Amino acid sequence: MSYKAALRVWRGDHGRGDLADYAVEVNEGEVVLDVLHRLQATQAGDLAIRWNCKAGKCGSCSMEINGRPRLACMTRMSTFTEDEVLTITPLRTFPVIRDLVTDVSFNYAKARQIPSFTPDPSVGLGEFRMQQADVERSQEFRKCIECYLCQNTCHVIRDHAENENAFAGPRFLMRVAELEMHPADTADRRDIAQDDFGLGFCNITKCCTEVCPEHIKITDNALIPLKERVAGRRYDPLVWLGSKIARRPRSTGTPKVPDNRH
Amino acid sequence: MTQVSDAPAKTRAQISQKTLRTDRWWEQPAIVATLLTIWVTYATVHVFIGKWYWVPQYHYLTPFYSPCVSGECVPGAASLGTWFGHLPPIIPYAVVSLPFVLGFRLSCYYYRRAYYRAFWRAPAACAVREPHQKYTGETRFPLIMQNLHRYFFYMVILISILNTYDVIQAFHGKTGGIGFGLGTLIMLVNVVLLWCYSLSCHSCRHITGGRLKHFSKHPVRYWIWNRISWLNARHMQLAWTTLGTLMLTDLYIWLVAAHVFSDFRFYN
Ligand code: SF4
Ligand code: SF4
Ligand code: FES
Ligand code: FES
Repeated sequence: MSYKAALRVWRGDHGRGDLADYAVEVNEGEVVLDVLHRLQATQAGDLAIRWNCKAGKCGSCSMEINGRPRLACMTRMSTFTEDEVLTITPLRTFPVIRDLVTDVSFNYAKARQIPSFTPDPSVGLGEFRMQQADVERSQEFRKCIECYLCQNTCHVIRDHAENENAFAGPRFLMRVAELEMHPADTADRRDIAQDDFGLGFCNITKCCTEVCPEHIKITDNALIPLKERVAGRRYDPLVWLGSKIARRPRSTGTPKVPDNRH
Repeated sequence: MTQVSDAPAKTRAQISQKTLRTDRWWEQPAIVATLLTIWVTYATVHVFIGKWYWVPQYHYLTPFYSPCVSGECVPGAASLGTWFGHLPPIIPYAVVSLPFVLGFRLSCYYYRRAYYRAFWRAPAACAVREPHQKYTGETRFPLIMQNLHRYFFYMVILISILNTYDVIQAFHGKTGGIGFGLGTLIMLVNVVLLWCYSLSCHSCRHITGGRLKHFSKHPVRYWIWNRISWLNARHMQLAWTTLGTLMLTDLYIWLVAAHVFSDFRFYN
């Protein structure tokens, strides 16, 4: 059974643009990306869309469909009624290159600032052993397909572009949490998590978790555990008192990786 | 020669609507705001009334008055003795426990999410633009204090032990000796759920095992962490159920104490 769906697609570049109306054929079993491809093939040859795997694994086709950040290739047309108008816009948090394609380089810049895995140099190559129990937590975070839907939805930068410098976003705070939970890692990223990556901006309202197509429990399993780790280091009055009495200088954590690309 | 093209303009798509969502995204924050307001109003009223918190025949004490430490507390209700003389009416009788219980819920990671969304609207729902010009989250005073959550957790564990003691007291028959009624049962269910809520706390999950890097070296703590994690996944449900059972327990004891109806007794 096929029908004509009413689509309103954001078209434009340099941030300026508008919603354009189209009527596009939809066949049974199709996803939003199929319909956008048909639109591109039949009516709007110059429509820009980014996609790659069509299987929810490459994270390229992130966009906003009826206001909800989703993967176009994993959003079935059957989730909408036939007379529903579908409004499709690019991700709102990243600069638009053209139509539905945004420039997500913000995320790569943030990724580079995180000190990478730092094993103990005295443990030789191939000597370290890990049990399943030790890697379980990181395995969940490793399911990330880097679609950046979480980064796009997080209100800290979505609604407040001025926080972009101070906040790394859920995807990268999760990366910090993953390394902090790694049994063979020796760096201490708790200070930079708070000072440079802006963990304190997160108010655990869980929108990152809500939109993650890999169903990673970002807030419960990465952000809150990281907040607890930071609280233990920075906001524990007993620890603070102890270090005052013993007059031990507070050890400084691992610094963030300086940005030398400019 | 390669052609050099202009870098794309660094501008986000300019869309004026605060959201393009078409579902009923406003429903959940509205429900949460309503329920929390009802609960807080109810609790405030009963905490300050200073009456109907204790059923002498059966030794029922509402959790809102435990421990009763004010000089006004009726004999029998003051399980830890009275610590003060007569307090002015703006101070509740359980002044030593209520601030911690309140602080625990206020700094709870789940309730934070609930009230930031429902009242502060930062954000009311995902991908709905929030109404504030500036946003600093929990980076500065007063919200940076949320980091002290674990201390409230420690205090609430002590208070939960006291609540458990109150339930044991409530196995009291009208002729003395052992007895139990519907009130005892309600108090028992409430205290079990309160324990589940407190132990499912994210700080508890961190302290008991989450803070470790090397689970395989600490099998016992790893086992505990797994159990707490199971409860923790139900933290939101427990947060709401315990609000319900707290209110029910208090209301039941209130009505029995005020002789609106009498307790339904199973035994003595
Ligand atoms: S939970 Fe924190 S990181 Fe995730 S969307 Fe909300 S504020 Fe952003
Ligand atoms: S954490 Fe989830 S939402 Fe965020 S980039 Fe990875 S897969 Fe996408
Ligand atoms: S095209 Fe790869 S995730 Fe959608
Ligand atoms: S009580 Fe909710 S997180 Fe601690």
